[in-house]
Amino acid sequence: MKEGSDRKKKPVTIHLNQKWCKGCYICLEVCPKKVFEKSPEVSEKGFQPVVVAHPELCTRCLQCEMLCPDLAINVEKGE
Amino acid sequence: MQLKKVKSALPPGWYFMQGDEACAEGAIAAGCRFYAGYPITPASEIMIRMVHRLPEVGGTFMQMEDEIGSISSVIGAAWAGAKAMTATSGPGISLMTESIGYAVITETPCLIVDVQRAGPSTGQATRPAQGDMMMVKWGAHGDNEIVAFSPWSVQEMYDLTIKAFNFAEQFRVPAFLLADEAVGHLRETLVIKEEVEVFDRVKIPGQAPFGTEEINGVPPMPAFGEGANLLVTGSTHDPWGFRKTQDSATQARLTERLVRKVRDFKSEVIQTDPHLLEDAEVGVVAYGFTARAALQAVKTLRKEGIKAGMLRLVSIWPFADEAIADLGKRCRAIYVAEMNRGQIAGEMKKYTATPVISLPKTNGEVIEPAEIVEGVRRNLP
Amino acid sequence: MNEKIFQMINAQAFPTPFCPGCGHGILMNAVLRAFAELEYDLKQTLFVSGIGCAAWIPSPHFKADTLHTLHGRAIAYATGAKLFNPKLKVIVISGDGDLSSIGGNHLIHAARRNMDLTVVCANNSIYGMTGGQVASTTPLGSLTTTTPKGNPDRPFDLCKLVEAAGATFVARHPVATPIPLTRTLKKAIAHRGFSFVEVLSPCPTQFGRRNAFRSPFAMIQALKNTCVSLERAKGLSPEELEGKVLVGEFVGPGKNN
Repeated sequence: MKEGSDRKKKPVTIHLNQKWCKGCYICLEVCPKKVFEKSPEVSEKGFQPVVVAHPELCTRCLQCEMLCPDLAINVEKGE
Repeated sequence: MQLKKVKSALPPGWYFMQGDEACAEGAIAAGCRFYAGYPITPASEIMIRMVHRLPEVGGTFMQMEDEIGSISSVIGAAWAGAKAMTATSGPGISLMTESIGYAVITETPCLIVDVQRAGPSTGQATRPAQGDMMMVKWGAHGDNEIVAFSPWSVQEMYDLTIKAFNFAEQFRVPAFLLADEAVGHLRETLVIKEEVEVFDRVKIPGQAPFGTEEINGVPPMPAFGEGANLLVTGSTHDPWGFRKTQDSATQARLTERLVRKVRDFKSEVIQTDPHLLEDAEVGVVAYGFTARAALQAVKTLRKEGIKAGMLRLVSIWPFADEAIADLGKRCRAIYVAEMNRGQIAGEMKKYTATPVISLPKTNGEVIEPAEIVEGVRRNLP
Repeated sequence: MNEKIFQMINAQAFPTPFCPGCGHGILMNAVLRAFAELEYDLKQTLFVSGIGCAAWIPSPHFKADTLHTLHGRAIAYATGAKLFNPKLKVIVISGDGDLSSIGGNHLIHAARRNMDLTVVCANNSIYGMTGGQVASTTPLGSLTTTTPKGNPDRPFDLCKLVEAAGATFVARHPVATPIPLTRTLKKAIAHRGFSFVEVLSPCPTQFGRRNAFRSPFAMIQALKNTCVSLERAKGLSPEELEGKVLVGEFVGPGKNN
């Protein structure tokens, strides 16, 4: 696999709508690159919110966006 | 009610028709263009007439798998824009009852014809009765303000079908034609005029389809496919159709408006037909086929020197409370002849302190004039 | 793609009332994606549903005509609307109990008539909204509130039922594989005639919790492990297929395994 291509190094913007997210963690567990992490503090809603910890590892497989039951994830289209 | 004159669906003139057939013709004349039904004695003839007539006028006919399927598709078609109807008998109304409640809360105009037969349950399928008077109003759970008429002739099977359809569309309620096997299978003259008067539902794009400013208003009704993004639901909802199942104010307002939108205007709907009542001292109340015998009975009583008069109930719901109260003021006693165990008699007692004497007959046969005469004589105050 | 989806929803109804990890939310996502990719005019599309969690997928979340009816009756209401206005594209989205138990009669008749409807059955093998009672699709032995000693009855194979009744497009996919699911949904929507898509959609709250699934993801994973495509099944022995669920397009023109 060719390394060093500009496309791969450009960070992906992943929007996670915290208002709609319910903390089911499907995205976190299904992501093959471990882009998402649980934040350490419990939120007002009663769970540890999901944060986009490593967007630079994202390969745009879109599994998180498609498997989110709450339409809370939007992986921006690449240029 | 803003009625529109349209040409009759059949050439004007005198016809000799069966009651059920006349009902189908009335529906077509009123603009009915969707019928869904299921076979049941003694209403099947309405369905058979519709399967032939609807294609002739560009309408749609469907025999569904059961009565629940029938009333369901009627409501679905109504929201697709149709004046829609079904016809059945007591057992079918029992099955349709849940959807009747759905039509009430979603404010879906539709016509349901009940050609009543002897019950309860399967009963005597081919015999007449008038046992469903209460169930069309109180069958569905909750408070249901509906409109219902009881025809006493083939002519009224035609005319009252049109009237019921018009009120269904005006008030956005399910309307009922409470016929019975006797008038449904009766054959007599039907006069069809040049024109009929119909009411078309009000459409105001952009306005809320499930709520009004007034506490007794009827909202406009869009159809599917018009871009209204309709939110039709049987749950308690706000004026735009969003479910509000935890909101007390919404439930209070909706339930009050659903009742008051008809009740506050009941004088427009209530129709009675008095005979020989001007100087009557005893009154006979009857409706549907029984009223024919009751009319004969009061004429006989008059010949015997008893000042009897008949008040025929043409509309059943909303109930003619003031007419009954008025009758009670003028009469010493009121007799109610009906083919049930006293359903309307019981209702009348709410509105008058004058003795209401029930003359029930539930042997699967129509009431004869002599039976009413005897009932009055036996119970004269 | 996401902009298109957001144009098709009533944002004020979000966040949805579904539980965290509810498969129906994933199905909602897939349905919207299918419509976005098909570039359908939602103005002529009618969504009909019954009662239950799945029935809340279109109502009130979709910005289109929606008809939220009575338990089991969605297909009958849909039939009336479609018959009177055949120009409407009518999609029924409802649950397994709603469509095949109380609504079973309407399901088989609409299939028999090959009525031009698309029925998306969100199958979570349970009556979820009412707290987790056994359904006509609950696996043998499963624990539910009304089968506390394990379900003594066998479930329907909904696809076989609907195929036998006469449906001309029949398919099954789990929400765990959203790409084939969306592809099949698009075909089902475009199909003229009765199309039926059974979507295996996990209920972590009522089914998962009682049947030893520890998380929504565990149920997604289980679906991936038990579902076998028709193509892959060709190369497996009966022993290997034991306990597996076949997925793919079973009936339909140009069916894709």
